[in-house]
Amino acid sequence: MASSSDLLYTEEHNLVRKMAYDFTRNEVMPIIAEHDRNHSFPHELLPRMAQLGFLGICLPACYGGAGMDFLSLGIVSEALEYGDSSVRETVAVHLALHALPIFQWGTEEQKRTFLPGLAAGDHIACFGLTEPGAGSDVAALQARAQRQGGEYILSGEKMWITLADVADRFLVFAKTQPDQGARGISAFILERGWKGLATGTLEGKMGVRASNTGWINMQEVRVPAEYRLGQEGEGFKIAMSCLDNARFGVAAGSVGIIRACIDESVKYALQRKTFGKPIAEHQLIQQMIAQMQQDLDIGELLVWKAGTLKNQGVRNTRETSMAKWFCTEAARRAADNAVQIHGAYGYSDEYNVERHLRNTKSAVIYEGTSQIHTLMQAAYTLGMREDRPLRCPMPAYDPDAWQ
Amino acid sequence: MNIAVLIKQTPDTAELPKISVEEARSGELRATMVLNPWDEFAVEEAIDLSDRFGCETTAVSMGRAGETDALKHALAMGVENALLVDEEVASGGDEWAAADALAAAVTRVGEEGDVELVLTGKMSVDGNSGVIYAGVACKLGWDLLVNVTRIVDIADGKLIAEQAFEGGQETVEVPMPVVISVAKEINEPRYPSFMGIRKASRAAIPVLGSADIHVAASSTARWTDLEKPEVEQVQVRIIEGDSVEEKAARLADVLMAEKVI
Repeated sequence: MASSSDLLYTEEHNLVRKMAYDFTRNEVMPIIAEHDRNHSFPHELLPRMAQLGFLGICLPACYGGAGMDFLSLGIVSEALEYGDSSVRETVAVHLALHALPIFQWGTEEQKRTFLPGLAAGDHIACFGLTEPGAGSDVAALQARAQRQGGEYILSGEKMWITLADVADRFLVFAKTQPDQGARGISAFILERGWKGLATGTLEGKMGVRASNTGWINMQEVRVPAEYRLGQEGEGFKIAMSCLDNARFGVAAGSVGIIRACIDESVKYALQRKTFGKPIAEHQLIQQMIAQMQQDLDIGELLVWKAGTLKNQGVRNTRETSMAKWFCTEAARRAADNAVQIHGAYGYSDEYNVERHLRNTKSAVIYEGTSQIHTLMQAAYTLGMREDRPLRCPMPAYDPDAWQ
Repeated sequence: MNIAVLIKQTPDTAELPKISVEEARSGELRATMVLNPWDEFAVEEAIDLSDRFGCETTAVSMGRAGETDALKHALAMGVENALLVDEEVASGGDEWAAADALAAAVTRVGEEGDVELVLTGKMSVDGNSGVIYAGVACKLGWDLLVNVTRIVDIADGKLIAEQAFEGGQETVEVPMPVVISVAKEINEPRYPSFMGIRKASRAAIPVLGSADIHVAASSTARWTDLEKPEVEQVQVRIIEGDSVEEKAARLADVLMAEKVI
């Protein structure tokens, strides 16, 4: 049986896959259940991930990155989320929602100033878009940025921010022209320690408990003008392009969850006996396993398609949205079925599948709810939505220049 | 000085139980093939010695043409060169023939006589013989150190190493060249780097065949039969009792009766 690894990926990709899965099995899986149970962030993994180049995997070497392509980012995301969503989220937020936007939209000076420290893990970064009253409706955000000479004065509140209490670099969005709706939003890079900037952790999450989720409070934070990313009023486009990066990682990570659910369910179904035979021989168990495999096969192809378009520098908002929508819903189905196959054991944290089930519920909400993606896909198909060229498109992958 | 690391491509340990007798007999394994885990320690040690003493490192593996996954993994970890010995050169042979072929390959690494140290793991997870490196040392006429837990120094044509044995440890000095099998305590193997992965994926690995190496038909052992052990039927017994202490006491009695403790 030919695997998708052989058909779709190069030898280089498959070496990355082995390395990333080895890391997950050896470093992540032995510790992550306990972190999840304690709602604690696995700080001990960050130096290892930085050392291996995960934090700057698809940044060019000239900016301190590993110079790998976007498919490699997808492979690493899949492998990390095979262990736990929280670890994949760290890479997604740090790299896809902070470093890559600087690579895409930043000036050359900003790239040289900010990216090497991010790729090396000297700084950990996050992305502050969502507010207490503004999630999917980005144009409704209330944070304000007022220009005063060579500075902006930022005030506002950000909520549900992954790594808020861990990061020391923040990419936040605020309105510079409040009367212009989405066109009045600008993006800014903030540093921990600046006066008026405070963060905190949100407690009581259903899933991704080994990730840090929190809030950012800005009280008249003075931000140098050279820390503005992109042009004034370009923030909405920057935010949406960021989501193209992050949704790709979410989709790929969800493939990792499906794979984990299959591996655990197959192992359990072959061992567990009822009515005198392994439950794997019961047809309704087989139906659930088959559904997982179907979802895995489709998900892998959707992720590969989106990643290949990214490598080619082709606008991929629709394809990435489709991959995110399908894969997160498929992962939720797979985790639900995996718990069902494990029976009462699956309902306890003795097995990983209940953790995957809790984690997958967040994945169908963040980075665009499934409902948002449904509307997007309908709009594309009905001809009601069209992606216009960006002033700063994400560069195509160039193995010679990037390495 | 060159270091040759003898490595083997083996099935992923987790997949070993799935391999059928027919697959083992034909050599056509439907399993994920990896660098033998014991050999990872040898590869790591070679890279570390390269950093410490400026040696050039070459991974050598015997296998079928195209079986280069383990060699690529070693390259991705940081070994500088790789060399595949086509297993046809020792076709039908036993461990002694394999040792002969690998010893001949070691002499082909770098300039003639340049290899002064051969490193390898203590055994392979599939064959489990643990004797190939002894055969290589014998064929080369070199000293042999086994179960090495630390290479202390290399200087003046001598190597100082620590060896572990049952209940103790000794420090030994041997003249080079020498063959060493390493223990898992010697280091913690690194993960491949992205730079190493790029290099490995682009590497063209040279192959030594029967035109390059001559192995004498010296096999003395051969398979006469091959079978998988019966799957053990595991039974579960619940030890009952009115209190934890009573349950523990009964459990201890059962374990003693079964000679577990």
